[in-house]
Amino acid sequence: MTELKDLEISYDNPNWCPGCGDFGIWVSIKNAIVQLNLNPWEVVLVSGIGCSSKLPYWVKTYGFNGLHGRPMPPAEAIRLANNGLTVIVIGGDGDQYGEGFNHLIHAARRNVNLTLIVHDNQIYGLTTGQYSPASDLGTKNKVTPVPTVEVPINAMSLALSAGATFVARGFAGDTKQETELIVEGVKHKGFSIIDTMQPCVTFNHKNTYSWFYERVYKLDKIGHDQKNKIKAFERAEEWPLKRFLKEGEREHIPTGIFFVEDRPTWEEGVPQISKQPLVHQSLENIDINPLIEELM
Amino acid sequence: MVDIQWLIGGEAGYGIMTSGVVMGKIFTRLGHSVFDYVEYPSLIRGGHNAYYVRASSSPIHSQKKTVDILVALNRHTVAKHANELSDHGVIIYDQDFKIDDIKLPPHVVAIPTPLVQITRDQGVDKLMMNTVAIASSLALFYHDFSVYETILNDAFGRKGGDVAAKNIAVAKAGFDFILKNHNDAFKEKVVKQEQKDVIIGGAEAVALGAIRAGLKFAAIYPMTPVNTVMNVLAMHALTYNIVVKEPEDEIAGINMTIGASFTGVRSMCATSGGGFSLMTEGLGLASQTEVPIVIIEGMRPGPATGMPTWTDQGDLRFVLHAHQGDFPRIILAPGDVFEAFSMTLHAFNLADKYQLPVIVLVDKYLMEGHATLESEKLRTESQNYKIERGKILTDDEAEKETDYKRYHLVEDGISPRSIPGQKGGIALTGSDEHDEKGLYNEEAEVRIAMMNKRYKKLEMATPEIPKVNTYGADDKTLTIIAFGSTKLPVLDAMEVLKKEGITIRFLQILSISPFPAVEVTNILNNSTKTFVIEGNYSGQLEGLIKEHTGLSINNHFRKYDGRPFYFEEIVEEVKKLI
Repeated sequence: MTELKDLEISYDNPNWCPGCGDFGIWVSIKNAIVQLNLNPWEVVLVSGIGCSSKLPYWVKTYGFNGLHGRPMPPAEAIRLANNGLTVIVIGGDGDQYGEGFNHLIHAARRNVNLTLIVHDNQIYGLTTGQYSPASDLGTKNKVTPVPTVEVPINAMSLALSAGATFVARGFAGDTKQETELIVEGVKHKGFSIIDTMQPCVTFNHKNTYSWFYERVYKLDKIGHDQKNKIKAFERAEEWPLKRFLKEGEREHIPTGIFFVEDRPTWEEGVPQISKQPLVHQSLENIDINPLIEELM
Repeated sequence: MVDIQWLIGGEAGYGIMTSGVVMGKIFTRLGHSVFDYVEYPSLIRGGHNAYYVRASSSPIHSQKKTVDILVALNRHTVAKHANELSDHGVIIYDQDFKIDDIKLPPHVVAIPTPLVQITRDQGVDKLMMNTVAIASSLALFYHDFSVYETILNDAFGRKGGDVAAKNIAVAKAGFDFILKNHNDAFKEKVVKQEQKDVIIGGAEAVALGAIRAGLKFAAIYPMTPVNTVMNVLAMHALTYNIVVKEPEDEIAGINMTIGASFTGVRSMCATSGGGFSLMTEGLGLASQTEVPIVIIEGMRPGPATGMPTWTDQGDLRFVLHAHQGDFPRIILAPGDVFEAFSMTLHAFNLADKYQLPVIVLVDKYLMEGHATLESEKLRTESQNYKIERGKILTDDEAEKETDYKRYHLVEDGISPRSIPGQKGGIALTGSDEHDEKGLYNEEAEVRIAMMNKRYKKLEMATPEIPKVNTYGADDKTLTIIAFGSTKLPVLDAMEVLKKEGITIRFLQILSISPFPAVEVTNILNNSTKTFVIEGNYSGQLEGLIKEHTGLSINNHFRKYDGRPFYFEEIVEEVKKLI
């Protein structure tokens, strides 16, 4: 049985700011691995660049910390090279919705069997607080002296239209729910995205824990049908808003599972790995003489 | 001695490419030495395609300037290429083309041929006029139709039905027309020699090398001139259990390659300069994480879109310096189809053993041209190849590790690597500078140790990296220096010069990084004159030689028009120098 202590490293500790939402996601990932009883050496955490992307350093599984915006391609290839491994991709909103959004869309349409957790703090923290593709409409800070007219990216809607087969939103302030979502996401056969609202206590003074507590609600509490894509789109479009609030209006932020679909995975479309992962296949006796024969 | 250059031209979409490959195969089966070269614009339909196939009863390595048999699938081809015809040249063209107003060189015989009429008579698509044309031109120099018949059977036999029979009937009609009416039109007649060779393209050679090397994963975004690499790999993917994926872009391509290799399988990507521009960040990632990868870079003229279907050697400095910061990489530059095969084999072993990126630098001319190659040489190279995966922990070794250090500082700089799934080998592989365990670390002494470690690997690899080839004279003489496919016309030029009593030396640079400074210095010091031939504007190789040897080159010949070098041009340039 895998226990929490099996996932702890002895030589370093997370260096996130005290109170950072990354802690909640970190705890939830470890809880989920324990609940799923995964062998730590058969889990690969793949991340990009940003505060959240350092997470793999602090979980004792295999980790690959690549380039900004680019954790998805290596993660996809890891699944093809060894489909026995559990792959979890970690990135921030800048990493996944800015620099590397392209890859997210393609991984979703391919239905690669991996789980993406986006630490969505709606800001660039590591570079000291610039607005991000997920920042609210009207965000005004040091790099946007004029309130931005750019509407925030709607990750849930985009993931749905791209063909993601498991679409969910979590909140770093609710680790119980976040753990459940990760467990379900990993168990799901196909591409799962968990957009996790993660307050940046240092640079985002608007979207705070209390701001979220006052606005989030759970989809499973209102009888949402996870199989209904149209309903999923409707819920996804509730937030983030592409308009300014009306007088006295407050956002409603759905959390939980928006949509689940059963569709063949990318890996299932590769007969070369149906019997044995690529990495375990023998390289002995590769005979290219038949190919040379064809050149005669 | 027979030395025929056959050219087929016409609109894109009329099977010019296939025809060229078929004619190359015909000459190969007749036991002749073959080289082919194709010129085409970047579009699918329309535009002018020209496919040159040169064949000789003696060894040749490149195309020549004059055309002996011109096969014109449209009128424009006659107009465009008439001036390339040799004094015994023959034109095969459709009888309905009006070419009276085109001035032909003296002695050229133009044969109006019922190319389209035959397709009509046989009740097949007009597009099959290329089959008629191949057969008609074959009859000019060879009396036995069966050589083409066998090829058609090989190509269409497995399609079943009467596909092969229809093709053969159409071809035979074209063949008989020439044999009956114009048997004496062309003076060079081919006598069949024993076939020892295969005919292979540079891109095919790379793909075959990769398959033999144990490639398991390739991520290739389509781009001229490496498309054939992907096509050939995909064609054999199920037979050899290789996963070939087309990523969303080259950034994904190289990052997927890294991901697969990190997981323990041999991986590669392939691209041209534009795609390589997108790959540069991934190149550095491979070096920093010490994940072995092989990249095929096929040069074409830049910058930006440049001339997508033409050849160039302008990416030499680019592949050498791409990416921020300093890091070691191995760059190999094959000059012919055999070297493309063997260096690809070698690239995979080097990448694995030294845990760094290896680039195989090629160009459009080499990748898309085909050449005959002794099949025994290819088989022997394949047979003698040993896959060397370098320091990868076995599952048992990994399990015994109690404090595994992915970047353990060892004398040779090469730390044993674990692969995901191995108990005991758990590690973080990251793009930050890191300590031995892989944890991010920015201490000065750690940085220095890791930088030195990475460069130490290149030093360790150096003894087993191919350095230079020399051809021709051993004594103090004029030395031509070149890299990559420029080798091909240089060898042909040397042959011509030798016949005229002029012996020179050719120094071929095989490795761009590490640069073979000692070998180059020795040879330059033993030369009366030095002459660099390269396909770029600024003299990138010439500069590199000076940088590494301190020696200045006396003379150079550069081309940057998208066209390959011709041996005739080289002969002329050498004569100016002696």
